[in-house]
Amino acid sequence: MSEVKKIATRESYGNALVELGAEHDNLIVLDADLAAATKTGVFKKAYPDRHIDCGIAECNMMGIAAGLSTTGIVPFASTFAMFAAGRAFEQVRNSIGYPHLNVKIGATHAGISVGEDGATHQCNEDIALMRTIPGMVILNPADDVEAKACVKAAYEYNGPVYLRFGRLAVPVINDRPDYKFELGKGVVLREGKDVTIVATGLCVSSALEAAEKLAADGIDAKIINIHTIKPLDEELIVAAAKETGKVVTVEEHSVIGGLGSAVCDALAEKCPVPVKKIGVQDVFGESGPAVALLAKYKLDGEGVYEQVKEFCK
Amino acid sequence: MNKLELQKTANEIRKGIVSGVHAAKAGHPGGSLSAADIFTYLYFEEMNVDPKNPKDPDRDRFVLSKGHTAPGLYAALAEKGYFPKEDLLTLRHLGSYLQGHPDMKHIPGVDMSSGSLGQGISAAVGMALGAKLQNKAFRVYTLLGDGEIQEGQVWEAAMFAGAKHLDNLVVIVDNNGLQIDGNVADVNSPYPIDKKFEAFNFHVINVADGNDFDQLKAAFDEARTVTGMPTAIITKTVKGKGVSFMENQVGWHGKAPNDEEYAIAMAELEKAGEALCQK
Repeated sequence: MSEVKKIATRESYGNALVELGAEHDNLIVLDADLAAATKTGVFKKAYPDRHIDCGIAECNMMGIAAGLSTTGIVPFASTFAMFAAGRAFEQVRNSIGYPHLNVKIGATHAGISVGEDGATHQCNEDIALMRTIPGMVILNPADDVEAKACVKAAYEYNGPVYLRFGRLAVPVINDRPDYKFELGKGVVLREGKDVTIVATGLCVSSALEAAEKLAADGIDAKIINIHTIKPLDEELIVAAAKETGKVVTVEEHSVIGGLGSAVCDALAEKCPVPVKKIGVQDVFGESGPAVALLAKYKLDGEGVYEQVKEFCK
Repeated sequence: MNKLELQKTANEIRKGIVSGVHAAKAGHPGGSLSAADIFTYLYFEEMNVDPKNPKDPDRDRFVLSKGHTAPGLYAALAEKGYFPKEDLLTLRHLGSYLQGHPDMKHIPGVDMSSGSLGQGISAAVGMALGAKLQNKAFRVYTLLGDGEIQEGQVWEAAMFAGAKHLDNLVVIVDNNGLQIDGNVADVNSPYPIDKKFEAFNFHVINVADGNDFDQLKAAFDEARTVTGMPTAIITKTVKGKGVSFMENQVGWHGKAPNDEEYAIAMAELEKAGEALCQK
């Protein structure tokens, strides 16, 4: 078997910006001294006049992005998820969200797969924070193909968008000719009748891996990839819940306020079924290799498999 | 506008502030009145704006970073003709577009939503940068409170504006000396304000009396001559200026006059207006 191609979605972010930058003069990239890490360095190299380094001042960067957007520029403000959604939450809320400005927030290094930097930099709360801002679109791509599609869709959408990217190289799973990205629409990756696994980000590939193992045990799992966490494709999720009667959510984020909560919000109202939320279980992360951390926190294929199997007993 | 016309206009704007805050039974008259002459000068003399074309991409921009003094901005915008003056009486009312703090989505002439202190200046810096990146000639003005500059974000924005040589940006600090908890010097002194902005690579202009139009004109004219760096205009003003019992009284930072106080305030402003008409 050939080796699966792996790319970190932060790399896809930088590459997509370069491609979009060629077509659109009004696309400007902002950074807060992390261009090398957010991978916008490639954009800086290609379009030095359209890359603005704000220095280590994320709150100001969000305000500058807001101001820029009022002059017709489409800014992509880039930094780690911890600083974009965490430190600058109130700037994003009041200066970008409240006036519904056309600002794109490129948040890299989300989740525990940040790895060795440890808990201070492992943001498992950003989706929860961003979900509470009215009108904020939240995109969390699963792989390189989807990440690039997300960046393009974010540019084309008029309004604030939070884009979540990872540091760890993840398998390319959407590399197929019929791949189509539609903002706000979930994607069924596998049909199944026993349980629906709704996954997002790098956990989509974990869910697919788990589904193969579950199939061997006689459990037929339906897999839904949710790249747009807000607005959530409630219709697809409710229909799947009706079909399978059980739902599992999988995300590299706290089980409080993220995809799991969003799915539960929808199902509680429209189709209450048992839901198992797989994610970071209300704890801080820790230092370690990303892959080992995903295993320890049971977010890899094996971890998801075990938890779904237990839930389906 | 000549000085007398500016004074008359400022007096009308002060009436609008007092009427709006009285009708709202809440709001921030003190800092609105201290800055009334700055609002007047900006909208009636300094800025290239047209109330008939409030979204003109080439217009000058104003960001009220000290957003709680929205009654002052709204009164100036109404006086300029962006919306009817009688609407000032709907300030803060349920269903009114005149929100407690500036709301760019619903209020004609408001260039940025603001109110959370320290954030407006960053947006203004972004607008000034946007002009530079697109080779546009418009200028950007932002008004900060002297208490507001205790916010760290102000200095993040100032560092950036200085470093990027944004000479199309004018930061005005309304130095009325008071904030909610008392004297700014006692609460957490921001002084020396001028030296701080100088250190952040601003051209700094101190205005001894920010309620005097000759001095405001001199400052804004000087700012137009500055190249290669942003300008900070630090204006000494009187909080509550124009209403005798509100002047220099910290209690009038965020309180509405009752009916009796309203009548006294309006009588004073009427009298001041009449005196100006005698000139």
